[in-house]
Amino acid sequence: MSGLRDVWVYLSASPLLHLTMTLVAFQAASWIYEKANKNPLLNPVLLSVIAVVIMLVLSGTAYEDYFEGAQFVHFLLGPATVALAIPLYRQFDKVRASALAVLSSILAGSLTAILTALAIGSLLGASTDTLLSLAPKSVTAPVAMGISEQLGGLPSLTAVLVILTGITGAVLGPVVLNIIGVKDWAARGLAMGTASHGIATARALQVNEVAGAFAGLAMGLNALATAILLPLIWNWFF
Amino acid sequence: MLNALTLILVCQLAGELASGGLGLPVPGPVIGMVLLFIYLMVRGGISQNMSKTADGLLGHLSLLFVPAGVGVMLHFGLLEDNWAAVSVALLASTVLTIIVTALMMQWLSRKQAS
Repeated sequence: MSGLRDVWVYLSASPLLHLTMTLVAFQAASWIYEKANKNPLLNPVLLSVIAVVIMLVLSGTAYEDYFEGAQFVHFLLGPATVALAIPLYRQFDKVRASALAVLSSILAGSLTAILTALAIGSLLGASTDTLLSLAPKSVTAPVAMGISEQLGGLPSLTAVLVILTGITGAVLGPVVLNIIGVKDWAARGLAMGTASHGIATARALQVNEVAGAFAGLAMGLNALATAILLPLIWNWFF
Repeated sequence: MLNALTLILVCQLAGELASGGLGLPVPGPVIGMVLLFIYLMVRGGISQNMSKTADGLLGHLSLLFVPAGVGVMLHFGLLEDNWAAVSVALLASTVLTIIVTALMMQWLSRKQAS
């Protein structure tokens, strides 16, 4: 029995255990998602996050210890974001042909994301620091955290809300787009990337490369738009 | 494969330096994406190596969000305080943003086409 405990102590101190846990959880989640005919409600990110959180809570593992192993996966987010230049380049003729429509739509989406979050949040009585953490939720995490900190929000709460917005968009986006009857891949990708940054871009890219290219572009431009617009809107209204 | 990965990391590093050094409101990797895009425009095409490497990285993009997503467990307490306002605002705002952006894009591209 003590031998088993030694192995456990060794494993939980090395990155191997939590790195493997992350990959196995994601593989299992992807398998379930495929088996369920890619039902968007069974989004692999959502399922694997839930599974890993349950395992960590049950085993009494701190997030910091988990991240020791998972950071190797997390690190690749940066290079993967840079690599979004490739689908964008491949689809650039399509993007250029509709440049004005793309910019106007992202701007409209950016304003909608900021204003509806602030309006609904304040109507329902959210505190000021919560509102400020909620307002940049549609933007990729590092930018959202910077904006919220600058205005007096809570960067750590912002990071959580950004992730939850990403998962919400990846899960509900395709359902909503089907309901309103938007079939054009460019419009679908643009909407996913504007509302729900990288997590929805990943989802869009899995389905269609045109959608993925427009989503990646929307993610980048909405980060820029929100960083400029949100401080202006906040100082104007509050 | 290695040269493509090196180029990607160089673009990211240059992006991080530009973002931090000039205090730009855009994160390093997004600037890195723009730099790599400019490189591809100048080069006039994508090498086979770059294609393979990028597709490899992007093929499992969803997986890369799992470690950050698990970080939600650190903030159950923060979410508890305002959870009704936060969850309704987050859900409604995300859905409305998707609807407005998609319909606007569809309307403008149809107008352009006609």
